[in-house]
This record gives sequence, structure tokens and C-alpha cells, in this order.
Amino acid sequence: MITAARLAAEEGANSPLLPHTYELVVGGFAFFVVLFVVGKILTPRIQKTLAERTDAIEGGLKRAEEVQDEAKRTLESYRAQLAEARHEAARLREEAREQGAQIKAELREEAQAEARRIIEQAHAQIEAERQTAFAQLRVEIGRLSTDLAGRIVGESLEDEARQRRIVDRFLEELEGAGSEAVR
Amino acid sequence: MSTLTLLASGDEFKAPGLELFEFPPIISGVPWFTKPVLVALLSTLIVLIFCWSAFAKPKLVPRGVQNVAEMGYMFIRDQVARPFLGKDADRWMGLLLSLFFLIWVWNLMGVVPGIQFPVVSHIAFPFVLAASIYVLKLYLGFKHQGFFGYFKNMMFPPGLPKPIYVLLAPIEFLSNMIVAPFTHAVRLFANMFAGHIILAFFSLVGFWFLFENLTPLGAPLGVLGVVMTIGMTLFEMFIQFLQAFLFAMLAAMYIGNSLHPEH
Repeated sequence: MITAARLAAEEGANSPLLPHTYELVVGGFAFFVVLFVVGKILTPRIQKTLAERTDAIEGGLKRAEEVQDEAKRTLESYRAQLAEARHEAARLREEAREQGAQIKAELREEAQAEARRIIEQAHAQIEAERQTAFAQLRVEIGRLSTDLAGRIVGESLEDEARQRRIVDRFLEELEGAGSEAVR
Repeated sequence: MSTLTLLASGDEFKAPGLELFEFPPIISGVPWFTKPVLVALLSTLIVLIFCWSAFAKPKLVPRGVQNVAEMGYMFIRDQVARPFLGKDADRWMGLLLSLFFLIWVWNLMGVVPGIQFPVVSHIAFPFVLAASIYVLKLYLGFKHQGFFGYFKNMMFPPGLPKPIYVLLAPIEFLSNMIVAPFTHAVRLFANMFAGHIILAFFSLVGFWFLFENLTPLGAPLGVLGVVMTIGMTLFEMFIQFLQAFLFAMLAAMYIGNSLHPEH
């Protein structure tokens, strides 16, 4: 009887359609562990990566185009800057040339003015020296005249009238030449 | 217990039966720790290690294990999740992928040499999975359609002539509330159960007639057994994949129906 009952129980336990309790627990445990690790932790990661990949592929072309546009824009702006720089350089060169020419002209004018000034100064100095020399000469001539007169008076009194004429003439000539020289 | 007996040279050939599914505890005194439990836990570990090595640090350009696992992901997403869940597909991919990988590896254990035991041929395992999906299905149905709305949408789909409902309502109720979860579990279980018996039968035929009891008359039968074992193993591998896929697909269908009532 006991054996029969145990057999029946075993038969029941062994029926393939009746679940073992511990296997239910193990199965449930396994499922929820996998669900947690694979479903909750890992699946979002691969989803993120797949989304990124799609984005990388789809967005790649667009981004490349954008980058190319950007490059083109940059190149154009560089070209414009370069042209501007060239223009500026040309302008500066022209300006420099003009300024150089102007400076040259100014310098020349100045130099000429300076030369004129020096020449004038020289003239003035020469005139002054000439004046001085004439004044000295005049004194000398007077002295010489007096000397000469003395000598004439002293040596030949016999021809007094002739001598006087000579002196007078001499003095007149001297006077005429002196006034001309002074002037 | 179904027994098939063949007479061969006096000794009796006894076809394998339910004893294929009975295991003593591996450690005596620990009654729950049997081969099915060990294989179930081992398979779980394999799934975890596989998925972890594939998806823990996913690369934009996949390599090695990630490539393989991504094929599984794409397959489930494109064949299971998207057709049944549409825009909700991504939210349920975790559950569907877990189901698919876990069941497939559990099934594959049926043909792994040395292990050769499909875990889900013990009904407790598919039962737990189907019950979880059943609970989830009801929860989502009540949440998205309301308690009465859920049953109304299930039993009284609009647009039918009134008398039909007399017939349709009980059928739909029975089908959705009782038959569906039952078949969900039993389909998987029965396929693996039968597959295991078939494999065991053919390999035993081969072993019996070629090694245990070699006779001129029995030898061709033994060769046939070996050939059939190889063929059925390949077929079984296909069924293992198919059942894992089908289980996940049905789960997706139930979830989809709860989120958005049909019709």
C-alpha cells in the first residue's frame, strides 16, 4: 500500500506536464537575471550604438557636404583677403612712392635754398671785406698821397704850378675811381 | 510509459521513454540540484557572458562577438519586434532579446555533446516564461485599455453582426485567457521534449544495433539509426532556433495586442 502510494506519487511527480517546483524557481531566477542583465543593462547600450551608427552613416554625407561648404567659404574668404591685401600693398607702395617723390622734391628745394643762403652770405661777406679793404686802402692812399705830395713839394719847387696840376689831377682821378669802387 | 519493443537476436531493444527526463540529484541530499537545473544555470551563464562580451562596450564598427550578437539583435528587431510592436519595438527589445537568447541557448543544450539535454523539455522552464509573459500581457492590457476595455476589445471586436458575438465572445475569452498561455508554454516544451526523444531513439538504435548487439540483420538498421541521428540533429537545431524565435514572436504579439487592441 505504502509502496503503491509512493509509486503513484513518483508517477505524478514524473509526469512531463507537471512542473517541478524547484525548476520553476530556477527557471524564474534565470529568466529574471537574463532579463535584468541583457534586457535592462545591455540592450540600451547596443541600441544607443546602433542609433549612433545610423546617425553616423546617414549624417556622414550631410556633414561631409557641410564641411566642404565650410571649406569653400573659408577658401573664398581667404582669397578675398588675399586680394584685399594685394590691393592694400599696391596702394601703400604707390603712396610710398608719392611720399618719396615729395620728400625728394622738398629736400632739393631746401638744399637749393640753403645753397642760395650760403651764396648770399658769401656775397655779403665779400662785400664787407671789400668795404674794409677799400677803407684801409683809402687811408693808405691818403698817406701815400701825402707822402708823394711831400716828396714832390720837397724836390721841385721850381715848377710849382705844374706840380699842383699833377696833384690835383691825381686826386681827382683817385676820387673818381674811389667813388666808382664804393658804389 | 510508452514503450516500443523490437526483437533483435533474442535481446530486447527498448526504445527510450520518459526515463530520459528523470535525473537524480547530482549531490545527494540536495534534491533540487539536478542535471536540468545545472544545465539551465550554465546556459544562463553562457547567455550572460555572450551578451556581456558583445554589448558591454559596443563599438560603432562591430567586431567579433558583437557582430554575431548584433545579427541576433537585428533579427529579433526586424522579424519580431517591429512587425508586432511598431514604434514601441525598441522599448520591448530587451525583453524579447532576453527571451530569444535564453530559450535558444536552453534549446541548444539539447545537441551540445556531453550535455545533450534541452532545458525546456522540462515544462517548468517554458511555464515560467509563458506565465511571465501572460502576467505582463494582462498588466499592459489593463493599463492601456482599462480592465473592462481590455475584455471588451478582446471579446467584442467591433464591426461584426450581433449574433456572431454569442459565439465569438466565449471563444475569444477562452482563446486569449486560457489557451494562449497554455499553448505558448506547451508548444515550446513539446517540441523540445519530442525532439529529445527522437534524437535519443535514433542514437540508441545506432548504438544498440552496431555496438551492443551487432548482427548481420541489425547492422543496416544501426547504420540507418546513425544517419537519422545526424539528420535529425541538424533538423533539431533548426527547430531549436525556430521555437526560440516563435516564443519571442508570440510574446511580442501578446504585448502588441495589449498595447493596441486589434481591429
